[in-house]
Amino acid sequence: MPEHDKDLAIAAYGVAKKYPSAGKDQPRALDGFDLEVARGSVHGLLGPNGAGKTTAVRIMATLLDLDEGTVRVSGYDVVRESRHVRQRIGLVGQYAAVDEELSGRQNLVMFGRLSRLSPRAAQLRADELLEQFGLADTGAKRISAYSGGMRRRLDLAAGLIVAPEILFVDEPTTGLDPAGRRDVWDAIRGLVHGGTTVLLTTQYLEEADQLADRISMLARGRVVAGGTPDELKAQVGQDWLDLVPADQADITRITRLVVPWASGEIHTVNGRVQVPVLNRIESLLGVAAALRDDGIALDDLVVRTPTLDEVFIQLTGAAATDGPGTDEATIPAAETQGVPA
Amino acid sequence: MTTFTAVSDNPADRLRRALADTWTITLRDMQHWRNRPGLMVFGWLFPVLMMVMFIGLLGGAISAATGGSYVNFVMPGAFAMAMFFGLEGTMTAVSLDASKGVTDRFRSLPMSGFAVVAGRCTADMINSVISLFVTVSAGLLFGWRPDAALPAIIAAFALLLLLRFAMLWVGVFIGLKAKSPEAVSAVQLALWPLLFLSSVFIDTATMPRWLGTIAQANPLSATATAARELFGNAGVTGGSWFAENAVLLALAGPALLVIIFLPLSASAYRHLRR
Repeated sequence: MPEHDKDLAIAAYGVAKKYPSAGKDQPRALDGFDLEVARGSVHGLLGPNGAGKTTAVRIMATLLDLDEGTVRVSGYDVVRESRHVRQRIGLVGQYAAVDEELSGRQNLVMFGRLSRLSPRAAQLRADELLEQFGLADTGAKRISAYSGGMRRRLDLAAGLIVAPEILFVDEPTTGLDPAGRRDVWDAIRGLVHGGTTVLLTTQYLEEADQLADRISMLARGRVVAGGTPDELKAQVGQDWLDLVPADQADITRITRLVVPWASGEIHTVNGRVQVPVLNRIESLLGVAAALRDDGIALDDLVVRTPTLDEVFIQLTGAAATDGPGTDEATIPAAETQGVPA
Repeated sequence: MTTFTAVSDNPADRLRRALADTWTITLRDMQHWRNRPGLMVFGWLFPVLMMVMFIGLLGGAISAATGGSYVNFVMPGAFAMAMFFGLEGTMTAVSLDASKGVTDRFRSLPMSGFAVVAGRCTADMINSVISLFVTVSAGLLFGWRPDAALPAIIAAFALLLLLRFAMLWVGVFIGLKAKSPEAVSAVQLALWPLLFLSSVFIDTATMPRWLGTIAQANPLSATATAARELFGNAGVTGGSWFAENAVLLALAGPALLVIIFLPLSASAYRHLRR
């Protein structure tokens, strides 16, 4: 075990996991998964469905055994010292449910008791959390009668009963309105202020960009890239030239014309041609001149740094979300050169 | 802010914690009852409804044919049925907790794993004692009368609860193994033939001989027949070896189920980690 393990909230090395139900030819759910998370930080674990996020968190939360590798959470081995780990973690979101047939308060008191609080302390803590999350009035209601937002806040409260050292949070704001989303984000930032480490898993890049100090991008069971959001954007190492043609029919001509300046794959997204470029000014001037010479009119031409979405696609070869705005066609640079005139 | 307290590892403390957790889980189930009173009351009345139906529909015909009191014949069967059908409740609750992620929440807490199952067990047994009490009261109302000394009557109730205890472990196992609520519904449907192919409602002597023998070999019949014997109610006539040794079988059958399904359930619970 590396010496600095004790200082890390999470230290996972070489983790491999294959589900017994998986077929012989199916890939492992995790395969060489490494992760280091510093104490008191928000770490985003980002990846598309099936990348292995859930498997990784279930292993770190002692819910699932691993086949290979080691995982230490707060310095304790998740297999051999699972009870110590369980005293120090909280789960929010799809990783662990609350009891729908109980009221919010009954849930919190029960989890408090099972987390070794005395009956009195469990009740006080439940009331404290209901108050903190604006559920004091609805604490006596059954969860099945809660709205989506109330439900999300109770989930968060259930993960916080014993002020965990490490909180695993899964897509905490899915389905919330912007105000609700800000509330949850503020709550999570507040926790980190109090010293809690947060491991946030999400498919939503915006959420990770907003909250995370560092991000690990997961694809096919391993971390394919990591760093601060800015480092990741820089890692892709290029700016983008976005062109919006006045006439959509010109898209093919444009993608052919810009090839000399492209440093990677050219994308077309919603009628917008996106060209990765290495030298922004030279490319901007060159492309503008070439289009003018060819008589192609543009509605817009901008240079910008990459979004996390593009970093993600570049690094994993997969779209991060299926949401609107990412239904794009990727045109490999090599192929565009072969487009006939 | 509340923080966790250091947990000691000595065996006495661990046992005390396991018992406290068991009680917390038991209370949780009893809170479910309070939150859904209608469902609970229906569950407790279900065997009574079945009895009203059978006594009303068939009582006259069967009494006329056999000359005995159908109420005295059928009530011990109804008690056995109430215990046997406890399986449904256990199975459904365990499967719901597993599929909805509540079991995962418990497994992520620093609580005793034993308590998750033991709490379910305690709550279900309390539920079944209530169910038995309701069915017995209804039986007394319909005119059922035990004709035996108190120790025999107590032994009869003990055998009935033993059947329920065995069904509990079958239910925990199926609930943990079932992949979906639909799978549980399929098992529930499969219980009905088991119920009718027994001596619960009908004297097996009235069935074709081969069918009657199978029905008498049904563990449910063993408990029903043993209960009739101990309550001093008229039992099945023309009994096979199974009917002759009903008390022994009513002990051995459920005991065997517990011996098989308790370790299987424990292993299924541990295998949730795989």
